Amino acid sequence: MKAIAARVAQAVGLILAVVVLNFLLIQIAPGDAATAIAGDQTASDPEVIAELREQYGLDKPVVVQLGIYIGNVAQGDLGTSIWFNEPVSDLLLARVWPTVLLSASALAFAVVLGVTIGTIAARRPESLLSHGITVLALVGFAMPVFWTGLLLLILVGVRYDFFPVSGIHDLDFSGNWLESWLDIGQHLILPALTLGLVYLAQYSRLSRASMLEVLESDYVRTARAKGLSERSVIFKHGLRNGIIPVITILGLQFGAVLSGAILVESVFSWPGLGRLAFEAVQRRDTPVLLGVLLLVSVSVILANLATDLVYRIIDPRIRVSGSTNG
Amino acid sequence: MRQSRLKALLALLLAFALIAAACGGSDDEADGGDEENSTEADSDSDSDEESDSDSDSDEADSDSDEGDDAAPAASGDPVSGGTLTFAIVGGVRHLNGNVQSGLATGIPGTQVNASPLLFNEAYEPQPYLAESWEISNDGLQLTLNLRDNAVFHDGTPITSEDVAFSIKTSKENHPFKPMFEPVESVDSSDPLTVVITLSKPHPAILMAMTPALLPIIPKHIFDDGQDIKEHPRNAGDDFVGSGPFQVTEYDGDELIRLAKFDDFFLEGLPYLDEITIDIVPDPNAVILGLENGDYDMAQAPNAAAIEQFLDDDRFNTDPKGHEAIGKIDWLFLNIRSGNLSTPEARKAISLAIDQAGWRDIVQLGFAQPNVTGIQNASPFYNADATNYDNRDVEGAMALLEEVGLGDGFELDMPATASMLPTAEYIKQNLEDINVTVNIRQVPDFPTWAADTSSGSFDITYTQLWNWGDPVIGVERSYRCDNRVEVVFANNSWYCNEDVDELLAQAGSTFDNDERQDLYFQATELINQDAPVVYLGKPDTYQIRSTRVQNPPTGIWGFMSPWHELWLSE
Repeated sequence: MKAIAARVAQAVGLILAVVVLNFLLIQIAPGDAATAIAGDQTASDPEVIAELREQYGLDKPVVVQLGIYIGNVAQGDLGTSIWFNEPVSDLLLARVWPTVLLSASALAFAVVLGVTIGTIAARRPESLLSHGITVLALVGFAMPVFWTGLLLLILVGVRYDFFPVSGIHDLDFSGNWLESWLDIGQHLILPALTLGLVYLAQYSRLSRASMLEVLESDYVRTARAKGLSERSVIFKHGLRNGIIPVITILGLQFGAVLSGAILVESVFSWPGLGRLAFEAVQRRDTPVLLGVLLLVSVSVILANLATDLVYRIIDPRIRVSGSTNG
Repeated sequence: MRQSRLKALLALLLAFALIAAACGGSDDEADGGDEENSTEADSDSDSDEESDSDSDSDEADSDSDEGDDAAPAASGDPVSGGTLTFAIVGGVRHLNGNVQSGLATGIPGTQVNASPLLFNEAYEPQPYLAESWEISNDGLQLTLNLRDNAVFHDGTPITSEDVAFSIKTSKENHPFKPMFEPVESVDSSDPLTVVITLSKPHPAILMAMTPALLPIIPKHIFDDGQDIKEHPRNAGDDFVGSGPFQVTEYDGDELIRLAKFDDFFLEGLPYLDEITIDIVPDPNAVILGLENGDYDMAQAPNAAAIEQFLDDDRFNTDPKGHEAIGKIDWLFLNIRSGNLSTPEARKAISLAIDQAGWRDIVQLGFAQPNVTGIQNASPFYNADATNYDNRDVEGAMALLEEVGLGDGFELDMPATASMLPTAEYIKQNLEDINVTVNIRQVPDFPTWAADTSSGSFDITYTQLWNWGDPVIGVERSYRCDNRVEVVFANNSWYCNEDVDELLAQAGSTFDNDERQDLYFQATELINQDAPVVYLGKPDTYQIRSTRVQNPPTGIWGFMSPWHELWLSE
């Protein structure tokens, strides 16, 4: 319990550091929101720029701006979008669930399929299948996510028109909630597949390697000697241990999945946090960008905490050593 | 069982192999070097100045002889109904064009807001919200006579007070200050008569009455003491406008849905039932959406897209319209930079750059010559001005030797990724006169803007828009008093008092012949000083499904009301 409390305290400090660092990094970048807005309007009047800077507090010293921002965040106020003149929290709320849906779908696809084919391959490591999976992993891992996205988009979305290529709904969609989810599901397939393919490659390879080791271990040999069925040996004894590295990586990779989502959401016009962040950078919409970064930081930290907890559930040795130590 | 698993996996592997193979041919079809969302295009200057688009009032029949040469003429009688889908790149901050300019606000904004006047293709004002208008003999008073049947989307009548409020709002908040600067007062004592008093004759005032520049907004909603720039009713499902369509769904980063306004003041219009504007983050999404049939209409996001859709008979792809926007691509030469401080050196740079080649190679031929800062469809464009559109390397070398720069020098050129094709092209051209261009790639527009506005460059590539009248969009690049550290201003830091005087005179007379003469003189002087290199006027191509009839191909193009557009199926 103490260990968890310490970790939470560590996380809070980390979040504060992330806020300050992000704020300063954005300040270092040339140009500001006033320039971006004026550029969007092809405006050339210095008064206009000066008014914009004053309006959004950009004329204040950086330290003052930072102080104001931290004070507001501490009170739960993430500020107002300079671009849209809407509360950042509203924008985040509207965009967070599409990203969660996309990331969760992509990870679910990657983990389930990756572990399955990794396990199958581990049973016969010298088979054609096993080597095929290694090659598959290499190809999948080598393909940049935006490139895979464009490829699927052109091939599956445009040339053969199997799936919608843009957005979360058809432009002319109207229907009840069930039809709405079906429509979302159709739009989700290509982006989730794009994002998931990279991780599918990693998880299949990881679980293959892990299962290879586990299936050679004494307790698996004992289980077989006891006459247990192969299914029972694999699922009850092998997979339970073999999947631990996958879960570890899953937690650590949560942040990476979100960063991958930025590219995927931009390619497929998916209305999530990634696209919001990408556009906020272009527009120097600092409050929105900081809001996204804060949300992502918290999510990553929570994901890592969750990983620790899941670990304890899956592996009694960790639970026991954790309780002894804690 | 094992075998079937094996087959499944082999099939998956094969699929990957196929994908990998497919990639060889398909990598990038879409880049094209556009600037922000721009590269595109517009029109060939030409012609049709005599055609009369109308816009007149009860124009149930209102025409369509807007002379769309490339697109098939509207076939048959207009049909009411249908939903038009349109794609736009970027984000729409809001719909109030009184406080925000630009395409993103202008396109949806001109559908939901009306204005006093429209302009036809001969640059002549036409009735819209105002049935008639007159300018006093001394040019100091403009009187607008409003229609008596015009109402806002909430049913409130549109009166002279709303027009006066809109002008005041625009004067105080719009980024184009010269538009309403000379407006001294607006009298609204009669509900249907607006009398605008000017401090000096101001010929741009009529152009400033068009939907792209002066949307009429409801005083009873916006005049509530809140800061108009951050007013919550500037956007949203509850936006109340005065135009042919009303907002039914609004998300400025995703989608805007508009529905026909049944009480629009022009009877029988608009024809469409609904417009869906899809807001996408990437030009490629526009191209794919058109390909897939998701969109009926869009602006070609780059030259490669123009080439692609010109051959597609599902679409009409043509460069007509948008003359008033008047995009011109050019290079600012920084006069503060030592090597470019003399007209000779700047002329040498101009002469050494093959501008026709830029239009053919970088713009794939989708650009027109434009040898002054006034776009070539304007009545004030001087095609015969001194210019450097014919490359002359020897002449350029001679000029450099004249000012002691024959051995060459280096130039710093910041460029975003989309500017790189032009930057590389300039670099290659200038190598022939021993000038080395050091291209400094910058990550995005704000960074480039910071460098350009602060003068941290020797040569920089940009695109300037004319915005209807030289007073609004042209003067800013040359006036001595606009040498300010703001992008899209006089970034060359050029100053010639004779030019200032000529521009001031041209901006103070309603006599078009006199204005033309003054602008001819001013642009001639500017070209002799060569503070910029005009590369050309990129074509603004519209890509439209063949079912789109009577498209918005007037001088404001997409930034004009689509009330007469209809769908043939």
